[in-house]
Amino acid sequence: MSKAFSRIYIFLVFFFLYAPILLLIFFSFNSSNSNVAFNGFSLRWYEELFHDEEILRALLNTLIVASLASVISTIIGTAAAIGLSNFKKWKKKAIMNITYIPVLNPDIITGISLLLLFVAFNIPGGFITVLIAHITFDIPYVILAITPRLRHVDSHLFEAAQDLGATPVNAFFKAVFPQLIPGIVSAFLMAFTLSIDDFVVTFFVRGNAFSTLSTVIYTITKRKIPLSINALCAIMLLCVLTVLIAVNIFDKRKSREEFK
Amino acid sequence: MKSRVIAVPYVIWSGIFIIVPTLFVGYFAFTDSNGTFTFENISKIGKYANVFGRSIVYAAVATVLCLIFGYLLAYFMAHLKEHQKSLCLVLLMLPMWINLVLRTQALQNILMDNGVINRLLGLLNIPSLKLLDTSFSVVLGLIYNYLPFMVLPIFTSLEKLDNKVIEAAQDLGANSVNVFTKITLPLSMPGVYSGIIMVFIPCLSTFVISEKLGGGKVYLIGNVINDMFNQNYNFNVGAAISLVMMLIMIITLVVFGFLDDETKEGIL
Repeated sequence: MSKAFSRIYIFLVFFFLYAPILLLIFFSFNSSNSNVAFNGFSLRWYEELFHDEEILRALLNTLIVASLASVISTIIGTAAAIGLSNFKKWKKKAIMNITYIPVLNPDIITGISLLLLFVAFNIPGGFITVLIAHITFDIPYVILAITPRLRHVDSHLFEAAQDLGATPVNAFFKAVFPQLIPGIVSAFLMAFTLSIDDFVVTFFVRGNAFSTLSTVIYTITKRKIPLSINALCAIMLLCVLTVLIAVNIFDKRKSREEFK
Repeated sequence: MKSRVIAVPYVIWSGIFIIVPTLFVGYFAFTDSNGTFTFENISKIGKYANVFGRSIVYAAVATVLCLIFGYLLAYFMAHLKEHQKSLCLVLLMLPMWINLVLRTQALQNILMDNGVINRLLGLLNIPSLKLLDTSFSVVLGLIYNYLPFMVLPIFTSLEKLDNKVIEAAQDLGANSVNVFTKITLPLSMPGVYSGIIMVFIPCLSTFVISEKLGGGKVYLIGNVINDMFNQNYNFNVGAAISLVMMLIMIITLVVFGFLDDETKEGIL
């Protein structure tokens, strides 16, 4: 097929994916409260966003839950991946199959099954239940991200370190851990993104008093659609872009250094 | 390195928060609100047979369309220059960072009766169309949200494809159609299967997309579950319906060869 056709096709698909989001951002600069008619440039929705207690509180909640959940799940998940690699084969396989459950389950099933657990033990929905739920769906991704990297770890280094008198714990942190750092970083970022992004699981286990960004957006847009939501979308996209560009530059610089 | 103990926290965690909750779905499905054993919830599922049917049709249509458009995109992307490839990948993943609710809201704004599309049609003197709250808008929303999940695994398997195999086939006289049907397509099937699983399952269970873009007119199984847990508070029937949904999910996994290791890799 011709090159021109493939270019046009790629452009059209990305246009389809981006047009709604870009329009949403465009209307965040609208001076009136309309998502369809532009009445002039203004920053009032950004101002309203920063005065909106409900959204700011939810933003803070989201960041707290995502940070805690990703740190805890990275620690538990990394330890699990290392420990599991020493399990007997069938035991390892059984546990890995369990690990796949939250990955494959539709979010709504993960959400209601945890809700049923909390209901059965009379645990009221709130910060703790949301945190537990996030850790639960984060850990499997951490384990699945770390496990393949473990195969490439040079275990001779671990033995050599011990031969040279290091305690096993010391040998681990000096000889093995550094080799795992890239895997751990990407696992952490993945867990963090999953937590920030989650709506469905949080929605079911949050109870009535605790909200995150996604659940607040869901409830707000059910009543009316304030354009401060658009402003929020613009800011979020800007943050993600900044991070992506930073990672890209960092990667390029690193590969250039390696090239030298 | 030889320590097994450090996996214990996870083993305990997965027991309490993965296995027990899954068992609870079964327990609630087979008991009434007092905890006595009953088949009543399961027998009520029959009432929702048409909703299940509708959900499967919507999810299947969306998955097939994602497959057609997604395969083509992955195929074209795989033939780009390296730096263009990475740009496309970033562009593909970027919307995933904006959460589902916001993305769906963005699509709703465009499809509204006085939204951008109808305004453009108005400029061309075409009478406005009813786009929102139709089956069209729901399927569009499903494709809009899950297309990247189809493209990524297919792209990965096309990337892995050894160019020498294709050259060899060409040397042996295969034309481009033959190369595609005999080599490229079969070798990219693991990616296709991962893509199908990753699109079909979330499409089947969605409630946000059908609610926001279907306006209550497209009632899917996700909406039933959501209503059971957040409006009617009938957890037992909700659990029974969820159990059936898990069953459909397991069938999907078996049909599309999840047992295949390469497909498994594609999902991650």
